[in-house]
Amino acid sequence: MSTSHAKQAEAYLQNDAVATRHDATFYGVRQKRDKMAQALPEWEQLRDAASQIKKHTVTHLADYLEQFAARAEANGVHVHWAKDADEYNAIVLDILSSHGVKKVVKSKSMLTEECHLNQHLEAQGIDVVETDLGERILQLMHLAPSHIVMPALHVHREEIGDCFRRLGLMDEVKDVPVPEDPNDPTCLTYVARMHLRRQFAEAGAGMTGANFGVAETGDVVVCTNEGNADMSTSIPCLHIVSMGIEKLVPDLSSLAVFQRLLARCGTGQETTVYTSHFRGPRPGGEMHIVLVDNGRSTILADSEHWQTLKCMRCGACMNTCPVYRRSAGYSYSYFIPGPIGINLGMLRDAAAHSGNVSACSLCMSCDQVCPVQVDLSQQIYRWRQRLEAIGQANAMKKLMSQGMTILFNHPALYTATLRLSPAANWLPSALMNSALNPWARGHQMMKFPKKSFHALWNELSKKS
Amino acid sequence: MKIGLFIPCYVDALYPEVGVSTFKLLRSLGLDVDYPEKQTCCGQPMGNAGFERMAEPLAEKFDTLFSGYDYVVAPSASCAAYVRFFHPNMMEKAGHTCQAAGKTMDLVEFLHDVLQVKSLPARFPHRVSVHNSCHGVRELGLSSPSERNVPRFNKIIDLLRLVKGIEVMEPERPDECCGFGGMFAVEETAVSARMGLDKLRRHMATGAEYITGPDSSCLMHMQGVARKQGLDIKFIHVAQILSSGL
Repeated sequence: MSTSHAKQAEAYLQNDAVATRHDATFYGVRQKRDKMAQALPEWEQLRDAASQIKKHTVTHLADYLEQFAARAEANGVHVHWAKDADEYNAIVLDILSSHGVKKVVKSKSMLTEECHLNQHLEAQGIDVVETDLGERILQLMHLAPSHIVMPALHVHREEIGDCFRRLGLMDEVKDVPVPEDPNDPTCLTYVARMHLRRQFAEAGAGMTGANFGVAETGDVVVCTNEGNADMSTSIPCLHIVSMGIEKLVPDLSSLAVFQRLLARCGTGQETTVYTSHFRGPRPGGEMHIVLVDNGRSTILADSEHWQTLKCMRCGACMNTCPVYRRSAGYSYSYFIPGPIGINLGMLRDAAAHSGNVSACSLCMSCDQVCPVQVDLSQQIYRWRQRLEAIGQANAMKKLMSQGMTILFNHPALYTATLRLSPAANWLPSALMNSALNPWARGHQMMKFPKKSFHALWNELSKKS
Repeated sequence: MKIGLFIPCYVDALYPEVGVSTFKLLRSLGLDVDYPEKQTCCGQPMGNAGFERMAEPLAEKFDTLFSGYDYVVAPSASCAAYVRFFHPNMMEKAGHTCQAAGKTMDLVEFLHDVLQVKSLPARFPHRVSVHNSCHGVRELGLSSPSERNVPRFNKIIDLLRLVKGIEVMEPERPDECCGFGGMFAVEETAVSARMGLDKLRRHMATGAEYITGPDSSCLMHMQGVARKQGLDIKFIHVAQILSSGL
């Protein structure tokens, strides 16, 4: 009865050292986040406020979108609307083609992952260069992100060094001092920086995502630690912003609430190193914003799952998730892993991603860390209830549940079974602890006591 | 005060001594304790597995069975939480109002919040490591969740401190999940067992002789993993410690 996630996770856990390090690394991020949360007396009020602001904004989304688009246009920005990934990809390609762009530099954007933009542009002969260091490493290694905020934290520096050498990045840099350790992090970072500098200089367009869009001002706010969004937009004259329609906040004072939460929750920093507001095109340049729906308005109409639209992609739910930390990003079938990814994957394509719904012990830690109070674990519980209707329920689990239902609905049968259950102790250990019994894979089977509480109650009540 | 004792199915079948301890403890505090014998299960195993619809008749029966009591007390945080937070929605579908939700409590919160027990005759001269189970922490509020910026408290430890001779410890990562999760443990066997092993090691690092907690389900899971891995540590429900000597 293993699900796709369970199988992938089991394979991942074969390497004890890797799994232990992954768990320790991300628990470390959670502890840094805890320290930040404890340092602000108003922390829980901030979470309440953030949740309320998001709820207000997504329930008045049409109004705020119109306000945002009007402000942006007044600021000299070209605003485009894309109903799905195909429309979005076509719009971006059209902008790039009409400007004769052959190379694009990009700062991190989960939306472009969601829409497979890179593949689409590359198929049209456009060179797409990720400029977030982690994303660039993954791009060079032909790997997908395994986390939304720290996408390459699972890759070791030895692998990065090997990749850079194989691709000749080391040779691009003339003056780099040769360190004793060929995979010295400072050296690798320097090489990556020099490599990226040339990409920035050569690019005909810069693309960014958007952490927030401010309806009141038309600002697009991008938060990075590397300044790569600023490099991507300050060398090429053409700037294209990709933004999901749920990224809006009403005004600058509500932005301040999220600004205080985002980095604290995501990485345990008080703020990201760079927080850039893009309000209009550079002198002589052009700025485009593509507002993308791609299923978001359908989610808004889903009474059980609309709250996922409050998410600001900080990744805190992944870092705290005991299952994510022990199974890592690739064990999930959707490109966003962890509690939010289980839910977003189901909303994207339930049949394709129902194998992730098992990846939750319902410990509810994610609900408690989430800065916008998305009811993550309850949504996973609700998805489990939907699996049967969409033909994705596990037959064995259903049989077990049906068996329990018959037993629990018939007290006489239940007590009779209790009387018989100690007999299970006499079954041969080879049978009880066999591979056919999934419980016995991780556990020694339990022993049944001679008498159940039901049986003991009669004795107790007679005594008293 | 009339108390209906709710002994969840797996406690009934596997840990009857936990039920006996709970009964003795409540009786010793002068309460009128009854055990409606037609009780079986709250339905959580089916709900968590994705078959809540199968649990709906159980919620109805539970509500009727316990209608005559002032409080329903269970030595199981997770089952009490299921009644409190899930039964109302399930019964609402049939247009019924759940009465049991508001009066069903885990033993620890009942002793701590309702009876406000300040002394016990119990004696347990051992070092124990407290297992803060997820639903106890994050649904019932038996302790302050480590994720939140709220004043620190722990009702389980408050009660254990009333026991003579005991030494109370908490593991590192004091409220990280042990990996039981009902059907999760049979569906995600590898992750579940790994979480159990990690948790066991942290409990054992405190030097405790016993792991204790308000949920026999977590203890059952960790016990199964410990025995499979040959780890030497004992398990005991909080009710058994609090009732020691009765």
